[in-house]
Amino acid sequence: MSRPSGGLDEILVKQNGGDPGGHHCEPINTHSAAAVPAAAAAEGAEPGPDSKQLSALKRDSQARRVDLTGREYYSEEGKTFQLRLVGKIKQQLNADPCLCPEYPSSLGLTEFTRRANEVVLGKSSRAIMESRVLGVQTPGFTAAVRLGAELLRHCFDAGAAWCGPVYLSSPCDDSLAGIFQAAGIQDIRRYYYWDDKLRCICLEKLLQDLEGAPEQSVVVLSASAHYPTGADLSQDQWTVITQLIMRRRLFPFLLLPAQGLCYGDFKRDSWPVQLCASQGMELLCAQSFSHCFGLYGEAVGHLLCVLKQSSLLISLQSQAVKLVRSLWARPSVGGADVVATVLSNPAHLVEWQGEVKRMVERSKLIRDILREKLRLLGTPGCWDHLTQQGGLYCSTGLNDQQVEFLTKRRHVNLLPSGCLNVSAINGRNLKYISESIHLAMTTSP
Amino acid sequence: MSVFCEVPQAAPVAVFKLSQDFNNDQSPDKVNLGVGAYRTDECKPWVLPVVKKVENIIVQDANLNHEYLPILGLPEFRSAASKIALGDDSPAIQENRVGAVQCLGGTGALKMGAEFLRRFHNGNNNTKTPVYVSAPTWENHNAVFANAGFEDIRPYKYWDAEKRGLDLSGFLGDLESCPQHSVFVLHACAHNPTGTDPTQEQWMQIAEVMMRRKLFVFFDSAYQGFASGSLEKDAWAIRYFVSMGFEMFCAQSFSKNFGLYNERVGNLTIVAHDADNLKRVLSQMEKIVRTTWSNPPSQGARIVAVTLNSPELFTEWKDNVKTMADRVLLMRAQLKAKLQALGTPGTWDHITEQIGMFSFTGLNTKQVEYMVKERHVYLMASGRINMCGLTSKNINYVAESIHEAVTKVQ
Repeated sequence: MSRPSGGLDEILVKQNGGDPGGHHCEPINTHSAAAVPAAAAAEGAEPGPDSKQLSALKRDSQARRVDLTGREYYSEEGKTFQLRLVGKIKQQLNADPCLCPEYPSSLGLTEFTRRANEVVLGKSSRAIMESRVLGVQTPGFTAAVRLGAELLRHCFDAGAAWCGPVYLSSPCDDSLAGIFQAAGIQDIRRYYYWDDKLRCICLEKLLQDLEGAPEQSVVVLSASAHYPTGADLSQDQWTVITQLIMRRRLFPFLLLPAQGLCYGDFKRDSWPVQLCASQGMELLCAQSFSHCFGLYGEAVGHLLCVLKQSSLLISLQSQAVKLVRSLWARPSVGGADVVATVLSNPAHLVEWQGEVKRMVERSKLIRDILREKLRLLGTPGCWDHLTQQGGLYCSTGLNDQQVEFLTKRRHVNLLPSGCLNVSAINGRNLKYISESIHLAMTTSP
Repeated sequence: MSVFCEVPQAAPVAVFKLSQDFNNDQSPDKVNLGVGAYRTDECKPWVLPVVKKVENIIVQDANLNHEYLPILGLPEFRSAASKIALGDDSPAIQENRVGAVQCLGGTGALKMGAEFLRRFHNGNNNTKTPVYVSAPTWENHNAVFANAGFEDIRPYKYWDAEKRGLDLSGFLGDLESCPQHSVFVLHACAHNPTGTDPTQEQWMQIAEVMMRRKLFVFFDSAYQGFASGSLEKDAWAIRYFVSMGFEMFCAQSFSKNFGLYNERVGNLTIVAHDADNLKRVLSQMEKIVRTTWSNPPSQGARIVAVTLNSPELFTEWKDNVKTMADRVLLMRAQLKAKLQALGTPGTWDHITEQIGMFSFTGLNTKQVEYMVKERHVYLMASGRINMCGLTSKNINYVAESIHEAVTKVQ
């Protein structure tokens, strides 16, 4: 199903009331400004790939450039924003005389963890009803993963400090390995995930890698909106994988950084977690509410653990409290208050889901139009994967030289793996970006 | 079989358990002197008026940046927070060798400092470097450093139970005899739990030994302004050490002096030898932060930054802080007076001599048990009480309870 040719960027731009420009690029945006101080500081240490990218951006500041590496969801205007509902609720909470500036529990706000468990597992989840779910509010997604790693280190598999192996997808967020290592788990391995040539997940190789994993290995899997590829496993693929996990006695650690932003459907986005739980598996799940609430600055994360027996909940909870005490003592409440307020109110829920849906629709539209643009330009290769994927990120399949070409010659910055943030594409830069990709594919080796 | 089936139950955190027991207590006379948070005379938490004002400003701000904060935190918060500790005119700041990391509360700041030191102090990854914490100290100090990987956490002599004061010679003795490059966690002011701080002369002696023996200075500053009511006075020790040329860390918390307990506002101030040194330290800090919480929460830091960077709001804040400090001083004076009036055996001067939120009453564990069980007055087993838990309504009852405990229980 293709769109009429010509004026595609106009469609996108009209949708958002903007001005159809030529291929003029954005000058330094607000959304990259925040990254600059970090880049300056990073020069002393061995920079990771993202930091190198940021340093490059800084040097690039004279040229017009398009930055597609950001971690947030950007509006058509190229800015991060808070959901309208969130703004309303913040005003409400601010005016509320009952709210108390007390120390929250180390586990966080009870109402928040309750709702965070429910939104992932479903209200009628057996695990929840049987009190087999531990929920801990954390200051953000990284903190949730870190706490999960610490729990594994101290509590996994009886007694002695557990040191792995932990399997991460290839590619994955480049900070994940560091988080596990910081928790003392040194044995980090990869499993095959995204196939550059096929431009999709290669299930066969993935299964092969997991088949070879020692028992009690932890496998980190993206429930939806995989970063950085945007490629997610299908429900059929999940069914096969969970069978393997159970048979090989592996332990799933699921990542859910942007529930709702993948398919626009909260249930669908967390389906893999529900699948694992319904099959009686134990699992960890790290969640973030940054993207789906526009609460980036508030560090609202959650770690969930489904246990086989409710009798273990108190012990594990006490260990979690002990670990939290030595990490950050307690989480911050502001953002969690907002999330809890929305999630526990049916009217708010509807409004929230509506706003999230609009964000998803825009992302889908951008993917559609980008694919169509490349088709019209006659860009070599198949670009179906752009629209088959969901979420904020997308893997272009460009190789290192092509990515470098984009950076150096066209001032279009992608993540090193050739992935990009779909929401950073808008009516003003779409033409330039698609032409740049075309040039990268046709002029570079 | 669950993979977690052999996980033991961890011992409850003492101060949490105390609060829990207090909450479950049905007695109408119950008093909570355990928790380390400020309470008004109505025994309620207090939202500082200046904080309320600034929160309103923030929530109305249509141009607010909603992005992730930089990894090291909000720049205007970090610099303002460090200035508060070191002084506006600090030569170290002027020499560009002061940096900071915004952290999740004071605990987060300690954690980041500990992780850095374990990796880079006294060699690489030298987990055997001794870390000294005062005897007694805030009990979480041990856990933070242990979890950062340090294997050897030791007490340094501090509290003299008999004298009910600082054991200076013991302290100096430990400083002289410890291995070089040991890390020492010093309470900048309002020592928790004893409320006993070294005098300026005593700090000078401590500094002299630490400099000579190349010991690492790690200040924990959770009560600046709250202790004496004066920000400058409460930062004297930190500033003295900086003026002596120490490189050091200072973990700052704004939970108490801003009443922002639930927003987790902390700052790790780093005083380095020179600007290049600082740059490299910050780059490593970034890596450590990246694997812990990646980007800190913005709300609390924003409130503090806006307040500290506006002359009017800053003055209003200092005023609010003094209100809290003054109420504590009042409760101290009244408690001592009442105990003296009751003729309670022993001397009670330490109640007014001690500084900050806490007082080490000197009650022994049996007496504490009596207080909790028979009188429903909740305090830590160490005899530590939070002065903020006292109000004009309960102070008589508490004084009488102490009197009974001391006279009836030995």
